[in-house]
Amino acid sequence: MKKKASKPAIKSLQKSPSGIQGFDEITGGGLPTGRPTLVCGGAGCGKTLFGMEFLVRGATQFNEPGIFMSFEETIEELTKNVASLGFDLEDLVKNKKIALDYVRIERSEIEETGEYDLEGLFIRLAYAIDSIGAKRVVLDTIESLFAGLPNQLILRAELRRLFHWLKLKGVTAIITGERGDETFTRQGLEEYVSDCVILLDHRVTEQSSTRRLRVVKYRGSTHGTNEYPFLIDENGFSVLPVTSLGLNHIVSNKRISSGITQLDEMLEGKGYYRGSTVLVSGTAGVGKTSIAAHFAEAACKRGERVLYFCFEESPNQLIRNMLSIGIKLEPLVRKGLLQFHATRPTFYGLEMHLAVTHKMVNVFKPDIVILDPINTFVVGDKEFEIKTMLMRIVDFLKSEHITALFTSLTPGNSALENSDVGISSLIDTWLLLRDIELSGERNRGLYVLKSRGMANSNQIHEFILTDHGVELREAYIGASGGLTGSARLAQEALENAKVLTHKHEIERKKREIERKRKELESQIAALNADFVLEESEAVKVITKEQDMINKLEQDKMEMAVSRKAVMRKSAPGNLKKSL
Amino acid sequence: MIIKKGKSGKTADEKWVLRLYVAGESPKALTAFANLKKICQEQLKGKYSIEVIDLLKNPQLGAEDQILALPTLVRKLPVPVRKIIGDLSNTERVLVGLDLLPKS
Repeated sequence: MKKKASKPAIKSLQKSPSGIQGFDEITGGGLPTGRPTLVCGGAGCGKTLFGMEFLVRGATQFNEPGIFMSFEETIEELTKNVASLGFDLEDLVKNKKIALDYVRIERSEIEETGEYDLEGLFIRLAYAIDSIGAKRVVLDTIESLFAGLPNQLILRAELRRLFHWLKLKGVTAIITGERGDETFTRQGLEEYVSDCVILLDHRVTEQSSTRRLRVVKYRGSTHGTNEYPFLIDENGFSVLPVTSLGLNHIVSNKRISSGITQLDEMLEGKGYYRGSTVLVSGTAGVGKTSIAAHFAEAACKRGERVLYFCFEESPNQLIRNMLSIGIKLEPLVRKGLLQFHATRPTFYGLEMHLAVTHKMVNVFKPDIVILDPINTFVVGDKEFEIKTMLMRIVDFLKSEHITALFTSLTPGNSALENSDVGISSLIDTWLLLRDIELSGERNRGLYVLKSRGMANSNQIHEFILTDHGVELREAYIGASGGLTGSARLAQEALENAKVLTHKHEIERKKREIERKRKELESQIAALNADFVLEESEAVKVITKEQDMINKLEQDKMEMAVSRKAVMRKSAPGNLKKSL
Repeated sequence: MIIKKGKSGKTADEKWVLRLYVAGESPKALTAFANLKKICQEQLKGKYSIEVIDLLKNPQLGAEDQILALPTLVRKLPVPVRKIIGDLSNTERVLVGLDLLPKS
């Protein structure tokens, strides 16, 4: 809720916040305080509700009591009607926060004769205003007076006086009016109420209806001029000022895992940027939802909140299907971390989808939003509208720091990149899944078409769905190009076989060498043994010979002794040395 | 609240109960009251009662008869309720409005 736009220094237009979601943003603070505002539109476009919510929010949030003067619905009807939107009028009336007054005019009961004025209405209104100190007034729909009172001249003069009187009273008033053919209201009320005119619209295109709101005029104030989609649901009115956002969202450097390790590796090993927008596109049945589910699961495991919009499958079906590849989403739903929101795209118009998305995000406050798939919205040639819508969603999610993952179905007959070109500029990380048809087989390939702010892998990876999730394999790139599936397996087998042969060869060589070495060693050992044998033989012989020499020497000595000859002793020593 | 009573009628079921709503003593209010009195004297002599309600003094009374325009004459009895708005200057229309003259 924005605060009043008034500044103390410069006396600018005072505004009364309506409390209606989004409306105060468009008008920069709400309706002009103390002035009447005309809310016009066709039947069933939400005029009464707009007025009623203005009063109820005023009474409950801004402490401004209000009067609802109804010219169409009785008090009982009104109370019941708005009870379905969560407003407890009875309670507010009891606490003198709101006063309801039903004004009934029955033409058949009334005869007109001579001059009159509408002082009775003024008195009634004044009485009601004074009784609860009202600051806000809703007159719904004052044009009914034209049906009840025959003299238009008097009526017009009195209405002019009434609006002037409301200004003097200083109440912020809403006057509703039925839309006319060429004028905003059937009776040209815009002539009298010219400070602020709001147009509500309920349009049907391609069989789906969208409610839109436009501020036609706001005297003394700037305001958003677009047509803003709004929705009415169990919490009342909400308007979406989504296009007012600029490209100034704060970016994050944090990275979050995609839930698939190999995919993270393709993205610098870190995954997506937080707050970025990821698009997964591809033809039917390539596994876009699986990637989304992985991402959701990973996020929930980190304790983050995920809002999953599915437009094609029911949540139960999705949970079951994902279970088949080993992703268990159901416990996450029960924990409240994952919330599914399933609607048919045709259920309501684009703007309405946008409005619902907006609202759901505001309520659930997720960290991650998944839209699966985005292009089922395309009914007929509405690319421009879809682009606008997606741009709004992307802008909105970015401003909320929410990481978004969209899946997009590419028709089989068109170029993969072309079909999404309408939104490609909005996307930060674009994963493309494609079929690779080769040798009677259809396999899936994944590559990162673009990824802003990171050095991503540029290789096509083969994308395999297993019972424990998605697996990415580096595709075989060989002389004959990229191979996938069984062709890749065959090629791999072939390569493996080659490698095996080489390995065997090496083994064989090794064994041969070993054998040779052993052979050699055994030869050496044998020679050694021979040598040792010979050596010992030789030693024996030498010893024997030495003994012989010694013996001879001794004999010689003995002979010399017996002959009493003197001999040098050195001779036998010399002989020993020479051995 | 000013209550002016005419002479009481002979039978109860013929009694006319009329209420005139006004806002203060405006010229329109005075004209209306004078016109009404005249018509009643001429047409309903002795069997009518007129209650004049000033909404400036009793604003809460306006809601009961769904009064918007002033002056408004309300025929409470005999039923059905009839309303005639304006200063009652056109006697013929007042008589039509009060069912005293058939609609032409």
